[in-house]
Amino acid sequence: MVELTHDSRPIIGRGPPLTAYFLTLTAISIGLMVADQRFHQIDRVRELLSSVVHPVQRAVDFPFRATSWVTGSFADRGRLRQENLELTTRLRLANLQLQRFAALEEENRRLRDMRENTTGIAEKVLVASILNVDLDPFRHRVLLDKGAKDGVFRGQAVLDGEGIFGQVAKVNAATAEVILISDAEHAIPVQSNRSGVRTIAVGTGDANKLSLPFVTVEADLQEGDLLLSSGMGGVFPPGYPVAQVSKVKRAGSTFAVVEAKPTAQLDRAREVLLVWFKEPAFESPGAAVAGTPGAASKTETADAPPASPGAAAASMTAAPTAGARPAIATPARTTAQDATQTPAPAAAQPAPSTPTPTPTSTPTPTPGSQAGERAATSEANSAPATGAPQGPGE
Amino acid sequence: MFARRLLYWLSMAAGLVLAIVPLPSWLDPARPDLALLAMIYFVLTSPRVAGLGYAWLSGLFLDVLRGMVLGQHALGFLVVGYLTHRLQLRMRMFPILQQAAVVALLLALYHFIIFWIDGLTGHGYTAWVRWLPVVSGALLWPLIVAVGDSLTRRSA
Repeated sequence: MVELTHDSRPIIGRGPPLTAYFLTLTAISIGLMVADQRFHQIDRVRELLSSVVHPVQRAVDFPFRATSWVTGSFADRGRLRQENLELTTRLRLANLQLQRFAALEEENRRLRDMRENTTGIAEKVLVASILNVDLDPFRHRVLLDKGAKDGVFRGQAVLDGEGIFGQVAKVNAATAEVILISDAEHAIPVQSNRSGVRTIAVGTGDANKLSLPFVTVEADLQEGDLLLSSGMGGVFPPGYPVAQVSKVKRAGSTFAVVEAKPTAQLDRAREVLLVWFKEPAFESPGAAVAGTPGAASKTETADAPPASPGAAAASMTAAPTAGARPAIATPARTTAQDATQTPAPAAAQPAPSTPTPTPTSTPTPTPGSQAGERAATSEANSAPATGAPQGPGE
Repeated sequence: MFARRLLYWLSMAAGLVLAIVPLPSWLDPARPDLALLAMIYFVLTSPRVAGLGYAWLSGLFLDVLRGMVLGQHALGFLVVGYLTHRLQLRMRMFPILQQAAVVALLLALYHFIIFWIDGLTGHGYTAWVRWLPVVSGALLWPLIVAVGDSLTRRSA
């Protein structure tokens, strides 16, 4: 007898019953999600699948690239001339600044050598272009055309010409996903260039706005202050511009409402720099963070690049100067001013110890936090306890 | 049969490509889920071709393409595919507007699953623009049926 069911597949070779098939695949999906989210067990699977879909991403990107190539190749002479003039002027200016900078850098290096600190300046950069591919409209992520085969690692700092852009959240074979500093799940330790006040800039989901939630009303921050990366947390090289303070409102009781505008062209940049910088030989600030009870609200995630655990472990034993790395931009000022002018609470200070050599503040490293590289990624919703390895994007 | 299968795969691939094509930022939140709509269409018109496994796989590829947690869109595709399979005998009888209404319900369920998993994985984003694809997808449904019908008639 022929039964009329919803399953109109052929009777012979129709495969498993629909509902059973559905339930099996549901179980597999849930298993995949748990494995991906909680245990990071399936990065290999993702890598494999992403190399399958890579041609699709390239195909989507291609027309945009071709258009820009064509317009670039057939630009008229007048515009090229104009551009050339502009670039020459800018180069001259940049060279002028570079001359001054070279002397300063040399002096800085010498001072750091005296303190047995190596430099935190970017040592190697790689230019990557952003693929013209839309990821989730509600997250600030972009896809770069460089991946594991170019040596990109998770937690790597990404800069553009104007300032800090973001950090690498996922690495595939030929591509890498970058989380921008404006993503609502990202936070970056910063320091005011003028006053030396240190705090954390949290993304808001708006490409033109960062929020500084841990600034007390007494803190010395003004509109127009340039915020530099402080290098705390070890992910971002210190001393690069992050944002400019755009609004300070001292209305509340304890914390001021402070907003800042990122200096990097987060929504316009087409090419960015991937940065390798040498991790200074200081004892891991990550350990200090994991050891601070107040730091649980801003979970700092441990991402170990291939070389760092050994280096961090070595520095753990051999570092004569305790305390965090001093900010490169204001090496002399921070020591005095951190003690006096930074009344921000412990939760806002990724590394509570001042750069002055105070051997008393040597923190004990917690398990899983020996890695020198830490992503200062906030996890607003899920804040797991301490230094368990977590991806920055979760 | 083979032509139909090829067409199914091609439209899935096209849907996935259109899921990541850059759109102006004001339009981006309303991007219709074309791969999902194509899947619903093929389940309704040729359920022997469009199985659950394929639906699941295209959802998985969407996860990889957009860098989501693996299995999120796959589960959404799977649930919608299963319900459409259960409902297909009825839905085929519906006039086009009623069909569009059911499709809107399916899309709402899909986006609820995505939203829910987003919340579980700590990406909760609660603004109302999240639900725009439900509207745009339902509005597009008659067009998709028209295009699909003209294509399948030629290939069959």
